[in-house]
Amino acid sequence: MGRSGLLLKLELQSNPEMLCVVRHALAQLAETLGFSRAECRAVVLAVDEALTNIIRHGYGGEEGHPIHASFRWIAVRRDGKHGRALEIVLEDSGKKIDCAKLCGRPLEDVRPGGLGMHFINECMDAVEFRRKLGRNQLRLIKLLDGPKPEMGA
Amino acid sequence: MQISARRLDKTTIFDVTGDVDLATSPELRKALLHELRDARIPRVILNLKAVRYMDSSGVASLVEGLKVSRDSGAKLILYGLTPSVREVLQLSKLLKIFEIYENEEQAISP
Repeated sequence: MGRSGLLLKLELQSNPEMLCVVRHALAQLAETLGFSRAECRAVVLAVDEALTNIIRHGYGGEEGHPIHASFRWIAVRRDGKHGRALEIVLEDSGKKIDCAKLCGRPLEDVRPGGLGMHFINECMDAVEFRRKLGRNQLRLIKLLDGPKPEMGA
Repeated sequence: MQISARRLDKTTIFDVTGDVDLATSPELRKALLHELRDARIPRVILNLKAVRYMDSSGVASLVEGLKVSRDSGAKLILYGLTPSVREVLQLSKLLKIFEIYENEEQAISP
């Protein structure tokens, strides 16, 4: 691991067939970092759902568009103490995401769809979205354990 | 993902293997809707023992199948949930909505 904390960088295309490849790589990475099996499954689910949103909504289901994913081991502060976390940043050049449309729906309303963002929020300790220089950037944080981190760490 | 069908009297059992995600869930959806809506099979059972992973698009396919089954007076039953599948249904608060059993013997029993 370098001084930047960079663990892994992936450049993939907006192809649904690639999702299983990313899942397997990420599962191995999370396990290597010491996350529990349940935490590994949570991280994999969140990233898979985020990539699905990029493919379906950012790129309108079109294949062949670029998605950049970086995985870093970062320091976070919690309760005045230092801890470590996995930071995942996904970037795409798709259309601006309307977060209100992706914010999910009441779970009592049993119908297909609208669960992806709910899964991401439930699985990760922190979720940040921003639009920067015409690109969508989603930052996801997963602590090894413990309470939610102070973002911006 | 692979799906194979077994037909027993008025029941279809789908054995699903592999990952159910954005790439593969349309196939599961198509199979479910064909049995429930087109073939009007009164009971469709999904064997999920060999499903390693399911995402929200897979859950959406199950929910759509459930809605069609209710509309047509049929039953959609699940069994053999792996931890991954159980977790996404739990996160979706759908564990109590579906009829779920541990194994095939229980799922087939009336």
